[in-house]
Amino acid sequence: MYTQTEIIKDTTINGSEGELVINVGPQHPATHGVLHLVITLNGETIKKIEPHLGYIHRSIEKMCESLTYRQFIYVTSRMDYLSSHINNEACALCVEKGLQIEVPARAKVIRVLMGELTRIASHELWLGAMAMDLGAFTPFFYTFREREMINEIMEDTCGARLTMNYMVAGGVAMDLHPDFQRKVKLFVTQFKKRVPEFDDLITNNIIFQNRMKGVGVLSGEDAISYGCTGPVARGSGVSSDIRKLYPYDGYDAVAFDEVLETAGDSYARYLVRLREMHQSIRIIEQLIDAIPEGDFQAKTKAVLKLPKGEFYTRVETARGELGVYIVSEGGTTPYRIKFRSPGFSNLSALHHMAKGSKIGDLMATMGTLDLVIPDIDR
Amino acid sequence: MFLKEYISDVYNGITSLLKGMRQTGYYFFHPKEIITEQYPDNRATLKLADRFKGEVVMPHDENNEHTCTGCTACELACPNGTIKIITRFDITPEGKKKKAIDTFIYHLELCTMCNLCIQACPSDAIKMAPNFEHSVYDRSKLTKKLNLPGSKVKEGIE
Repeated sequence: MYTQTEIIKDTTINGSEGELVINVGPQHPATHGVLHLVITLNGETIKKIEPHLGYIHRSIEKMCESLTYRQFIYVTSRMDYLSSHINNEACALCVEKGLQIEVPARAKVIRVLMGELTRIASHELWLGAMAMDLGAFTPFFYTFREREMINEIMEDTCGARLTMNYMVAGGVAMDLHPDFQRKVKLFVTQFKKRVPEFDDLITNNIIFQNRMKGVGVLSGEDAISYGCTGPVARGSGVSSDIRKLYPYDGYDAVAFDEVLETAGDSYARYLVRLREMHQSIRIIEQLIDAIPEGDFQAKTKAVLKLPKGEFYTRVETARGELGVYIVSEGGTTPYRIKFRSPGFSNLSALHHMAKGSKIGDLMATMGTLDLVIPDIDR
Repeated sequence: MFLKEYISDVYNGITSLLKGMRQTGYYFFHPKEIITEQYPDNRATLKLADRFKGEVVMPHDENNEHTCTGCTACELACPNGTIKIITRFDITPEGKKKKAIDTFIYHLELCTMCNLCIQACPSDAIKMAPNFEHSVYDRSKLTKKLNLPGSKVKEGIE
């Protein structure tokens, strides 16, 4: 971090005349979490953005290496806390791949249902938080009202609202709550009724549209070269949905469309997430009445030991592709774990997207990247 | 041409704003559809989910008996070192030594409510309780002893 006097003295920062370096964050109301952006400005025009990371680095990868294959899954809820179910699912899938466990059909359907509910909850929170970044305060309450229903469903079945630790190697930890189906159906009908409210409040608002259209444009080639995944890449027209490309947990058996927009600006990314929620609802509607009977967890040994080798799985979280890479030496704890988190790659494109635009547009660009800082730092 | 665009922009802006305000106005006049819980005031009627993970407890029956054998499966399953079990050897009436728990120490301040200890327990001796008001003035009060004084293992639990 630079103080004001250092900026004046340091000619390497203030190269030519009229340039100004400002710090956005690490504690700033417009950044989510502790993200620190060093922005070089020429007047109001952004010349350079340099993200400084590490403020919430907890060395989760190293922590996981000292925990057993059953224990390390719960830590990954703390990476991308908004899609904690899907993070846990990725780790469980990787361990299952190593042990070659066949997950029961019921557990697979429960996993997909929970994952899609998490995706809706995450996009709801993003919608409210992004509208608040742009100065609209009320949508935050509306989106949190829908999210509260999902949180209650999670609380009933998993016993927690945010860090559930529900996915275990071999299936899910507990059976569904008897009230689960009724509550999910109620949520689906409520959600369908209330989506037009978001359109009235945000999507069709002229001020909102003017602030989003043509802002933070990312072309398809750049999205690929920066490694963007998830709604950021799909907003630029790059097909990157892991659920479609590399189906896991029975995603190939359900019908849904991969949402693509070609404009590549903030508004396109906004529309992608909004329409993805509808696709998630479509998946839930197909599966909610077709949950097969049977075991919710495969029989596993008390102590899990992965065979020697390397294992990699990837899933589609609410933010993009999450990859889990485990190197096993044959013991009870992993030798090395690496997480390929979607937020880190998406953030790396921020400089390219915001360069040359005004500083007021930076909030719209950052908002539609849907950054979760613990996911970037880990 | 410019004037026409300007006027239509202003018109669209005002109508879209009014549309949004109609939504917020609807909820202003329909307070029953608001889901806010007046938390500290509604303690008496507050209903938590049955499975809510608030803290680990050890249920005792009316004879002050629990089902914990002291196998330390939960201690091994815990990722954070939350549980510490101190065992002792009881002499049974037949003169044999029998392992039993002396103290079941539970560090609530370290617990992340991951539920792994409950899944690991072979005799269902511990469970999660829906208590969430854990704030205390002294950190040491969060270190709890779960087995009640004078309690013993239920007959027939190995």
